[in-house]
Amino acid sequence: MAVKKFVVGSFGDEAVLFPAVKKVRTAGYKIHDIYTPFPVHGLDHAMGLRETSLHTAGFVYGITGTTTALSFMSWVFNVDWPLNIGGKPHFPLPAFIPITFELTVLFAAVGMVMTFCYLCQIMPGVKKHIFNPRQTDDKFVMVMEVTARSTEQELTSYLASVGAEDINTQVAEEGWWYGRFDREENLQELDPAAPAVQA
Amino acid sequence: MHLKYESTLREPLVDGVKDYHQVTEDIISPIEAKPGKLWYVGLVISICLLCFGVFSVTWEVYYGTGVWNLNKTVGWGWDITNFVWWVGIGHAGTLISAILLLFRQGWRTGVNRAAEAMTIFAVMCAGQFPIFHMGRVWMGFFVLPYPNTRGPLWPNFNSPLLWDVFAISTYFTVSLLFWYSGLIPDFATVRDRAKTKLRKLLYGIASFGWTGSTKHWQRHESLSLVLAGLSTPLVLSVHTIVSFDFATSVIPGWHTTIFPPYFVAGAIFSGFAMVQTLLIITRKILGLEEYITVGHMEAMNKVIVLTGSVVGCAYLTELFMAWYSGNPYEFAEFYKYRAAGPLGWSYWIMMSCNVISPQIFWFRKLRRSVLVTFIMSIIVNIGMWFERFVIICTSLYRDYLPSSWIYYRPAWPEVGFYLGTFGLFFTCYFLFAKYFPVIAVAEIKHVLKTTGKSFKEDMEKYEELPAEQFAHDVAHH
Repeated sequence: MAVKKFVVGSFGDEAVLFPAVKKVRTAGYKIHDIYTPFPVHGLDHAMGLRETSLHTAGFVYGITGTTTALSFMSWVFNVDWPLNIGGKPHFPLPAFIPITFELTVLFAAVGMVMTFCYLCQIMPGVKKHIFNPRQTDDKFVMVMEVTARSTEQELTSYLASVGAEDINTQVAEEGWWYGRFDREENLQELDPAAPAVQA
Repeated sequence: MHLKYESTLREPLVDGVKDYHQVTEDIISPIEAKPGKLWYVGLVISICLLCFGVFSVTWEVYYGTGVWNLNKTVGWGWDITNFVWWVGIGHAGTLISAILLLFRQGWRTGVNRAAEAMTIFAVMCAGQFPIFHMGRVWMGFFVLPYPNTRGPLWPNFNSPLLWDVFAISTYFTVSLLFWYSGLIPDFATVRDRAKTKLRKLLYGIASFGWTGSTKHWQRHESLSLVLAGLSTPLVLSVHTIVSFDFATSVIPGWHTTIFPPYFVAGAIFSGFAMVQTLLIITRKILGLEEYITVGHMEAMNKVIVLTGSVVGCAYLTELFMAWYSGNPYEFAEFYKYRAAGPLGWSYWIMMSCNVISPQIFWFRKLRRSVLVTFIMSIIVNIGMWFERFVIICTSLYRDYLPSSWIYYRPAWPEVGFYLGTFGLFFTCYFLFAKYFPVIAVAEIKHVLKTTGKSFKEDMEKYEELPAEQFAHDVAHH
């Protein structure tokens, strides 16, 4: 995972954040990510993020559950062990509905949660870089990557001009890794050979 | 200016002047502080009850189900009564979190976390009763459909008892996922505030490495919404299937088509009562009166009076149908043995607790009184327990054959088992209240700006303006 250099600015209120996001994007800077303590509606659109297709995945999982339940029960009662239970038919569709419904819900829910964890790359034991410890409390943290096209000073002064507070520069490993939150990890020491992308 | 405008006439969902940090502070600090004396007392009592329950169950497993006072006539007694009661209690949690989320009811945010936790613990308690009712519990895995050495002999997919297995296990799994996925961001909040290494380690594991990235929140919202959409019919299906255990039989008093809606309404009724009991205690002990407000309790009391009336309607419908059907067994069941027989006292406890007493919530003053709500919540829980007892035992104790008529009273292991599940439930709940954020922090912050008290006070000046002026001010704010 690449170690990169980021300029981090935080906002105290979403009313300041929204116009700032628009300005930053209009100016042509790329926002690495914005971390918020709660879902801010419309922020994904303002940042130009694509709609998630998690719900489509959920639908596919649900259909899988329906098919599994119906085909399994029919196979059991008609092919594998056709037992006469009180003269009831071998393919009693109404009696199959409850289990079919339950399995549909079960497959959809379990599948979606696992997909969610996979897409967000979260699970027990995963550690990610926290740019500002108050990003899960009350700060809205905008993170910009220092690339070949934008210098640290430029980004810092631009963030300040759109209303960000306590702006600082951090070297961080993007993505995720196994680690523990009770251990401080100094990334530059971790990988001294990989220099941060210089401005 | 926020995108959403909510009238100041509506009561604020969060009292007091709060900002985002203050919300975190209020809700997370009980986790970081040492628990009070009351907490220890409660936990110790719960663990004692739990131990007694384990003892009773061990006794039952060792000597067989014969130690219970069940007999050939009354084959389902306290155990199945308790099963249906606990499952019913579990329903309010999912109702509050899922159905009210879909209906965009902002007041759910203050109470959903605790209600969902209640669901999980209640279903854990419920599931044990049918398992131990089997007698030979070590054969319990026979209900699972897997290729086996017995034939291959499969379980009967036509049987409502097997539907129950699928329904309850699915319900438990989905509720757990829904609850936990909501907890992840709040665990991250606890982790990032943590001062001690141990807390940082444990909440670091529990929070799955959550950072609050916008893309993650977008997926999280999508996930919650779809899980809510899935849980909504799930709530209705689970108790409908539980009612099928009875409704598909031929016992007078059981095989009625009104059972599915009647059971669902009863489940929501008793579930909301239990939520009230727990939340009134929680808000008092943890000092969360500003988040779980009287307005929240009033809203839940409205649900209680609605579902209580639905249940009452169902009771009367059953009585009418027993007479109108012209079936002498149905008539005898409802009029002679339920209302007037040797177990008739339980019927009248049920009637007075479930039908008559909730009607006091038509009065706003009583609906908004914490004390009245607390007492009523206990009464409703008792009443709903008796409803299940009435349905199960009074239908069984007078069957078609007068020579097998019998009276039923429980033996001590049955009572001990029931008390034991209380122990389990409250042990889990006390631990939850100490180590988990009892209120969904992120969700409260989400509604704070539009429904908080300080926001509403800011908005008051706009309320008096004409609509055109208001629209102009909003546009140029």
